Parts: sequence; structure tokens; C-alpha cells
Amino acid sequence: MKQFFAFVQKEFYHIFRDRRTMLILLAMPVVLIILFGFAITTEVNNVRLGVYAPSQDEMTRRITERFASNRYFEIVSIVKSRDQSDEIYRNNEADLVVVFEQDFQNNLMHTGSGAVQLIVDGSEPNTASLMQNYATSVLSQFQSEMTSTLPSRTGSFTIIPQVKLLYNPQMKSSYNFVPGVMGLILILICAMMTSISIVREKERGTMEVLLVSPMRPIGIILAKVVPYFCLSIVNVITILVLAVFVLGVPMAGSIFWIMILSLVYIFVALALGITISSLVDNQVGAMLASAMGLMMPVMVLSGMIFPIENMPAILQWLSTIIPARWYITGIKKIMIEGLPLEYFAKELLILCIMGAVLITVSLKLFKNRLE
Amino acid sequence: MTAVSAIDLEKSYGKVAALKGVGFDVAPGELFGIIGPDGAGKTTLFRILTTLILADKGSASVVGLDVVNDYKEIRKKVGYMPGRFSLYQDLTVEENLKFFATLFNTTIEQNYYLIKDIYVQIEPFKKRRAGALSGGMKQKLALCCALIHKPEVLFLDEPTTGVDPVSRKEFWEMLRRLKEQGIAILVSTPYMDEASLCDRIALVDDGTFLGIDTPRGIVDSYKEIIWSVKAPGMPKLLKALRTIPEVKTAFAFGDVHHVTVKSGYTMDMLKSDLGQKGFRDVEVEKITPNIEDAYMLLAGK
Amino acid sequence: MNMENNIVIHTDKLTKKFGDFTAVDHISFDVAQGEIFGFLGANGAGKTTAMRMLCGLSKPTSGKGTVAGFDVYTQSEDIKKNIGYMSQKFSLYEDLKVWENIRLFGGIYGMNDKQIAEGTDRMLESLDFTQERDTLVKALPLGWKQKLAFSLAIFHHPKIVFLDEPTGGVDPATRRKFWELIYDAAEDGITVFVTTHYMDEAEYCNRVSIMVDGRIDALDSPSNLKKQYCADSMDEVFTKLARKAQRTGD
Repeated sequence: MKQFFAFVQKEFYHIFRDRRTMLILLAMPVVLIILFGFAITTEVNNVRLGVYAPSQDEMTRRITERFASNRYFEIVSIVKSRDQSDEIYRNNEADLVVVFEQDFQNNLMHTGSGAVQLIVDGSEPNTASLMQNYATSVLSQFQSEMTSTLPSRTGSFTIIPQVKLLYNPQMKSSYNFVPGVMGLILILICAMMTSISIVREKERGTMEVLLVSPMRPIGIILAKVVPYFCLSIVNVITILVLAVFVLGVPMAGSIFWIMILSLVYIFVALALGITISSLVDNQVGAMLASAMGLMMPVMVLSGMIFPIENMPAILQWLSTIIPARWYITGIKKIMIEGLPLEYFAKELLILCIMGAVLITVSLKLFKNRLE
Repeated sequence: MTAVSAIDLEKSYGKVAALKGVGFDVAPGELFGIIGPDGAGKTTLFRILTTLILADKGSASVVGLDVVNDYKEIRKKVGYMPGRFSLYQDLTVEENLKFFATLFNTTIEQNYYLIKDIYVQIEPFKKRRAGALSGGMKQKLALCCALIHKPEVLFLDEPTTGVDPVSRKEFWEMLRRLKEQGIAILVSTPYMDEASLCDRIALVDDGTFLGIDTPRGIVDSYKEIIWSVKAPGMPKLLKALRTIPEVKTAFAFGDVHHVTVKSGYTMDMLKSDLGQKGFRDVEVEKITPNIEDAYMLLAGK
Repeated sequence: MNMENNIVIHTDKLTKKFGDFTAVDHISFDVAQGEIFGFLGANGAGKTTAMRMLCGLSKPTSGKGTVAGFDVYTQSEDIKKNIGYMSQKFSLYEDLKVWENIRLFGGIYGMNDKQIAEGTDRMLESLDFTQERDTLVKALPLGWKQKLAFSLAIFHHPKIVFLDEPTGGVDPATRRKFWELIYDAAEDGITVFVTTHYMDEAEYCNRVSIMVDGRIDALDSPSNLKKQYCADSMDEVFTKLARKAQRTGD
């Protein structure tokens, strides 16, 4: 056991004495979270507005004027037909199109309610919800002013906004990136850093000396993995704290289960790192294998950037073998949607199986000799 | 019991044969040198004996234990210093030594007497990172690390390559002293002048042993007539020597040329042959060959 | 040898400091054209730093230095065009074929296709390598690589060739053949500036300098040095000088 701790201590020396390693380990999670956090806009200005009012009446004109005088909106086009409204949308000339129903004024005056459709560009979920809120508030303000002009108790006006989101109809939460960043960073630290640090010993010839020692090869590997395991846990905590207190991401579900799921995922990633280190024998190879074999798929296929539902079938199928996909989905379910165990049991189980398979493979691959 | 015993070891990497059947024995407390150029198979041999790779054919044992079946036991009993500098550059001298001591379940204090002579030379720099040491210092530290668990056999793969002559001499003096502790030492080197410092040597070339003997024995078995030749204009003299049919080989050796000649050819004949080619003040002497002469003869180059 | 007129390397109190550590300490020497100049010293004595300054890779802290007539401070690009360099560590691209390496280095030094083609044939013939033209360099024995690397270092007919431990780990016969190539180059008027850890090779040099702790403590022909230090061999001379060294780190 003393051997083992001496080894772990040595490993920590390596990490703490290499500025680049420290930077990747400690600064990167913070930087990524902060960057993603600030990249999310909290205010929208100069929303390009298109208006389609088939009835061209007094009411539609007055509402249009309200939009025109609002500082958030800028009317770029008064369209003449329904087709034209789609067209300016497709050409990216407008971010939001207000479509009044046929006989808007007539309906409003005689039935007390008029329908307005808001077509919103949903590709940027956060912006979309802000634009939608602004537009609705303009309408509701107008509605209350109109109601107040009526003699009391004679009725009311109701303007019903129907929101139609294009491009991202489910309106995915912008907090999605937090689980994504966790999935990415843990893979990076566990798999890439571990495999590089093991391979570095091969490259520098120290692995030869370690192998020709009483320490069992499995002990060497475990001792190399322990520091990265510890640092990964620190990182999970850092990311969660930053997400909640700096970015205000709601923590809907159980912290306990977030940690359990993260530990299983870290285990999978470490097993991947050990596997890579057995397959390559220089640091560049480990770097490339981790970057191309792990990071790219995580970014592209895990649903972190592109929604999995929108992928071609073959890529959806491929994404099922990416551990990060299951981890990110699971964390979203717990953290953002606040669902109980039975809803993410599937993800947890899949990650456990992946971990078991990978650790078996990596230990099989690890050699007691040089070749 | 022999410290190391190898029988007909063969090893190939793909089509390249690194070892083509080598066998030898090393006695306990013996300083055994494996001498040959880079690429001759020295490192492959060391790796087989230190249980790092498996031979294709043949067998070997270290302190009576089989390198294939008993590799775990062997790893507890040998010290190994691979060719490339193999310490942790980002750890200090002291941290390196401590780490290797703990790795072998021992402490610096326990076996300090073994490394004391060497360690005192680097002790003033014990807080310095190993990467900031000079070549000779690194070598000493690596030796300390390989010795700290009092191994029964010490494998040193090219410990002196790229090290200046003075540091090399110091290093060999240390090895002589270690030998007195009863540790068998296998050392490989491309420097032929180090051969005379070993008890016995094996000359290795292209995966085969050209000869195994004491340095003296190797030299004694040299049967050619060998002279040193000296005259003003050494480079031209070398070319001239090679045009004489009775001269078998001619090579530069420091400030003289060594030539081997056919029997019956005398020094006076050589002087007159060279005189005809315009060389004056030619000095010819009969000499004792050195290991390099022997190596070149045996390697047939 | 006319030492006065054909000086190709000239240094005067050339110094390099790293912080308060003086790696090279006021070295002054001249090397004549066609000379084989041995540059010896213990590990960490400052050889590599000095050589880097002369090759235009590192700016001196103080002192003067010219190489092939160009100033080491301001004309490092001109220096690089007029020198060849070979070290034990880096010499050839292992994953290129022999002729591809030759073409590459010819191209780097601005030779045209015709010069390269002719030069390649001539070089391969003189090295007896013609049948290895299409061989990958990594498949060649070490000794062959070193000979090829040297031939490449002088392929563009530089005024000076710098050789950093060119014969490390090479077998004795090949080592000697390598030195015969050095002699041929010197006869063609190329100045050879060489470092080595083999003391018998020091004897092959016209003049030898021995660096100790950043200074040049001895500089003369091998025979004069042996007389001066009452030694039988250069090995003894070197040992006597290097044992005085105080410096221990690189």
C-alpha cells in the first residue's frame, strides 16, 4: 500500500508541476462554463419584425404602430400575402412575423377576441423566448388599454397570441450546455489526460523501469488513474457550483444522483483512457486518439450541439455507443427536468454496462511486458 | 548458481532479426560487458533478460529463475537502467530516489551504504529537478535509483552513451566498487575502450556474438600481424597503405595507423614501399592489438 | 595552411549568459579554411551553446563573432546558407527514401533540379549507395545513415560544416570510414567543426580546443597539447583538463 501511495504522490507532483496540465485540469472547466454562460444573451435588441394584416383595419394599424414605437422592435416589412410572410422568413429578413387573422377588427369588436399568430425563429432558444415575451407583452398592453376605454362592465377585449416556433419547435432549454460541458470535460480529463500520462512513461522509458519492479502492472495503472479520478470529482463539483450560483441554472433534481451518474461516467472515461494507452505508444498518438476518437464524437453525436432527434438514422444509431450521449441525457433529466430515478435508470444502467465492458477490455489489453 | 544464463536467444521484429541466437553465462559478482554498436541487438537482449519482452526462441534465466514463468520474482531481484535517461525529469533528485526506494519496498536509509559513494556526489543538488542535471549527474542518479533496493543483478543498458570521457571513467570506477558488494553487473556499451574495465566481455554485431572472453583473452586470440605506422601526412599515408597489396587492412587509430599485413612481409619492406610512394620519416612498430582491432577483425569489416 | 588570410570562423570574447549563469565565457579563437577543428569539452561545459551561436541559432550576450564572413548578431540568415549541420540526434527523415531526403535538403538550400539530380548520382556513387536509392532511410544500418547524413550536410558545398557528435554509437570500422569522409571534405576546402566523445578522434583533428566551465582552457594541435600536458594521448590531456571543472549542471 505504501508503494501505491508513493506512486499517487508522484503522479500529483507531475500534474502540479506541469503548467499546461494544470491549465487544462482546472482552468478549462471554469472557462468553458463562463464562456457558454455569457454567450447566452439575456436581452434582445432590434428584433426584425414582419407584419401581415390581411384585413388592413384600424386595429391592426394601431397594433402595428405599437410595435413600431417599441424600442425592441424594428419593422422591416409589411407583407401583402401569407406566402410572402414565409418568404421573408426563409430569406432571414425577419426574426419574428406577426400574422393577424382575417377580419381581426371585426372579430375583436363583435366577439371580444381576436387571434394573432407570432411566428418566431426558434433556432436560438433563449433569444426566441425573449422575443416571444416582448411581443406578447406589447399585445397584452394594447389589450388592457383597449379594455380600459370601454364603459365599465360592458365586456372586454381579448387578443389571443398563438406562438409558432420554427426550427426548434420543442424550444429546448438553453441550460442544455451545462450537462454537455460536463460530459465533454470529464471525457477530456479522464480519458485524454490519463492516456497521455500513461503513454508519457512509455515514451520516456520510465515504464520499462516500473515494469521491472515488484509493483504489479495493474497497480501502476490504478495509481496513475487515482489523481485524475479525484480531479474529475473536483471538476464536477466546480461546474455544478458555477452553474447554479453564477449562471443561475435551476437545480431541479437530486444532487446525490447527479454525483452517482457522474462517478459511473468518470469510471467509463477512465477505462477508455487506459484502453487508449494500451493501443498507442506515443503522446501524439494518445492525443489524436482521444481528440478524434472521443472528443469529436462527444461534441457532434452526444446531442450537446446538434439534437439527436434531427440526425440521420445512421448517426442516431452511432450515437448510442457514445457514453457521453447517455450521460448528458441522464444529467438533463435529473438536473433540469428534475425527474426521479425510474426515468434515468436506463441511462445509468447503460453506463454501468459500458463501464464493465471497457474495464474488462482495457485490463485484457494492458501488457505485463513491453510488447 | 549463475547470475544470468542465456541459451540460443532469438528475437525478430517483423522481418528484422535483432538477435540471431546468443548464449552466455554471467557469474555472481561478475562485471560482464556487452560491447557493440547501436543496432547490434544489445537493448533487445537486455529487455529479454529483464522480462520486458519475450524471446522467439531459446531460454534464459536470471538468478536461477526463468524469464518467462518467474518474471514476477525476477522483477523483485534485479535493477535495471534502460538506455534512455529514465528518471522523472520533473521530480527532484531526492524525490526520484525516494520514489524508487518505495517502489521496491525499501527506504533510502536501509541501503544507503550501497549508494553512499555515488550519492554524496549528487547530494548537494538533491532539491534540484532531475531534468536540470548534467549528463554525468543524471547517470549517477539513475544508477542510485537502480541500486537502491540492493538488486542481485544489475542491468545497465548503455549507461555511458553521450557522456564525456571523464564522467565515463568515474562511472566505471563506481561499477568496480559495486562489484565488490557481490552484485553481478551486465553493462552494454558502444565504446570499445570500456571493454578493458570488464571482467569478461561479449562482442556483439548484427545480432550475433563474435566472441565471449576476458578482454585479455579476446586480444590474445588475435592472430594477425599488426603494426602501427606513423609519418607526416597521415590521411595520405592511410590511402597509400591501402594500395600496398601485402597490407590487409589499414585504419586510423588516434595519432597512428594500425595495419595488418600478410605473413612474410617485414617492417623494412613496408618502409621501403612507403618510401617509394614519397613518404619520409616513417615509423613502424609492432603493437599489441586493442579491443577495437579485435572487433574489426572479428566483424570482418 | 595560410592562417592569416582564410579565416572562416572568428570569435573574440564571445559570451552567452542565461540570467546570471555564464554558459559561454569569453571564448576567442580562429578557424582556417579547410581545417578540421575539434571542439571538445565535458557535458555541460558549454559546447552546445557555443555551437548554436556560431550556427546563427542563438544571439550572443557580448563579444564578437563572424562565421563565413558574416556577423553572428545580424547576419544569421546568411550564415545558415553557408554552413552545413549534422548531429547524432537529428540528421535525416526516417520515413523518406534516400533520394527524397537528398532532394529535400538540396531544395532547402536552393539548388535547382539539375544540380540536385547530378549531385545525387555523384553522391550515391561515391558512397557506394546506388542500389539503396529507393530505400527508406529507417531501413538503413546506423553507420550508413551517418555517412549519408554527412554527405547531405555538405551537399550544397558549404564553407563550414558543423558536426555534433557524428559518430556516437557507430561501429569501429564505420567510424573510421566516416572520418575518411571528413578528410575528403577538408581536402575539398570545407572547414570541419566537430564535437566528439571519442578521444582517438580528437587525434584526427588539425587543432583541438577543450572547453572547461564555459572557457576554452586549451587550444592547439593534438601533438602540441600532448607535449604541453606531458600526456601520451588526448584522452589524458582531456582528463587532466576536465577534472578541474567546477561546474556540475547543464
